[in-house]
Formats: sequence, C-alpha cells, structure tokens
Amino acid sequence: MQIAGVTFQSRLILGTGGFTSLDVLSGAIQASGTELVTVALRRVSPDARGSIIDVLDDQGVRLLPNTAGCFTARDAVTTAKLAREAFDTDWIKLEVIGDDRTLLPDGSQLIEAAEELVADDFVVLPYTNDDPILARRLEEVGCAAIMPLGSPIGSGMGIRNTYNLSIIREQTELPVVLDAGVGTASDAALAMELGCDAVLCASAISRAEDPEAMAVAIRKAVEAGIEARRAGRIPRRLYAEASTTFEGMPGYAIDS
Amino acid sequence: MITVNGEPRDVAAGTTVATLLDELEDLPAGRRGVAVAVDAEVVPRAEWSSTEVGDGAAVEVLVAIQGG
Repeated sequence: MQIAGVTFQSRLILGTGGFTSLDVLSGAIQASGTELVTVALRRVSPDARGSIIDVLDDQGVRLLPNTAGCFTARDAVTTAKLAREAFDTDWIKLEVIGDDRTLLPDGSQLIEAAEELVADDFVVLPYTNDDPILARRLEEVGCAAIMPLGSPIGSGMGIRNTYNLSIIREQTELPVVLDAGVGTASDAALAMELGCDAVLCASAISRAEDPEAMAVAIRKAVEAGIEARRAGRIPRRLYAEASTTFEGMPGYAIDS
Repeated sequence: MITVNGEPRDVAAGTTVATLLDELEDLPAGRRGVAVAVDAEVVPRAEWSSTEVGDGAAVEVLVAIQGG
C-alpha cells in the first residue's frame, strides 16, 4: 500500500489512545505489525508516564500526528503546524470534530483546514464522515487519502453504511482508510472486503480485554479481507444456487 | 509575568523560548516531541533560542502523548 508515495507492507494503522501503559502499547504495536502509528500533542504534564516517542522510535514505526480535540479549522491548522515542529513530519491526521458527544467530523471546517494545510505542503489525511460528496471535496482540495468513519470514534459499532463506503471507494484513486468504528476483527475484514486500502483502529485494540491478542486478530482480519477482495466474492442472491448439479439424478428421486 | 500553559510565571528579562524550556521540568531530553506556541503562533524549533518571551506572553508548551 502506498500513501503519498510511501510504501507500507502493513495495511493496519494503529491509534495509540487508550492503552493502559506504554508496555501494553509496545506489545500491541509488535503484534499488529503496523508501520504507522498516531500520536497527539497536549500540554506538558508532570504525571506523564515515560516518553511515547522513545517507545515508537524503538519500534521503528513512522509517526502520524493528529489534531484530535480540535473543533475549528483554525485550531486544527495551528495544531498541525505545532506537530510538524514536534515530530519533524509534514504528515497530519486531520480531525476537526463538531461536538464532544458524537465526535463526528465538522465537514465545512474540515475542508477549510485541509485546504490551508495542503497549501502549506502538509500531507493531509483527513478523518471524515462516510459521505461520498465530502470525500470528493477533500480529494479536490488535495488530500493524500480519504479516511471515512465506519461509526463514531470508540463506539465499536463497525461499518454502519457499507453502501456509502463502497461509493467512496469507487469514486477515488486515493487510498481509502477506514478510520473509527472498528469493534472487532470482522469489522476490519469487512472494510477491506469493501475495498479499503487500510484500516486505522485504536480503541478496538487498546480497550480490548487482551490488547495484544486483539492486535493479532485484527492484523489477520485485514490480511484476510484484502485477500478476499482480490479473490472476488460471489454475488448475493435471493434464492439458492445449487452447487451440485441435478443432472443424472437417479430414477427413485421424486421429480418435483 | 508570562503564562505557561495557562499558569502565571515570572521570568527574567531576555528569557527566550529555549531558556524557558530549560527551566521547565518534565520535558523529554533532546526535546523530542516538544512544540511551542507563543500567543497562538507556532515558534519553529530553529527559532527557539532567538525568540524572546516578553511580558504578558501566553506560552503553550506541548508534548507528545498517546492519542488518535
């Protein structure tokens, strides 16, 4: 998979939120096989537990800073610029949310921020609604990928609108990354079967009873999903289609 | 008097972003994952040692945390 010219072997992007310790995070990174990991910026606090940067450097993963918690384009742009200074990368997972109850993206603010950041040479990966028109606008302003939600962040509700996700997939050549909503492995497999290039998940792994085991499960699901997509699934039918021929049935069989 | 992450703080005249960071505890060595804004404007890393924080400045010192 390629994003903005960078090749990744793994199609699983790991969010680092919600892990109970850096050790657990470290184990999950390894188990997931991920090469791209999100990180956030907040005010320095005395109760910080070790340096997440050291852990990520040790694992050799690429950092993807986010603008989590921003409600306006202005705040998101400032946060992205700070992240560029902090992490020495021009990649940004752009999040501009509308409220703190649904954490759903604010489409108009998202477009405004994306446009400004693209003009400032950022590689913009926007967290967006499962809205094909909004996705098209994000592509038009120059985003490097489309990252639609399956359902709200942390809800674990899976993919609520497979049709919209299919339309988003069909209409763009950009990488499509399912971002948010994954609750368990089958959700990740479905995303890949629908044609996503990758899956980003945090809570499904970090808040699982056994994060490391879930990281393995979701890694396998992502791999199974893309293989199934390539293999080409059979069409859905209302009625059965016999897999064994009726030709040559013996004479005693009742002819209905 | 300036504010650092919303907390009032006395600093000597001529204090720069770089010297202010040296005074703060809890910052990672080498300043990995650290970013600074003064009055909502990003101060590029290369300008930390030349940017003075004048009286009344609102300084934000941010670090990497888990998230996303």
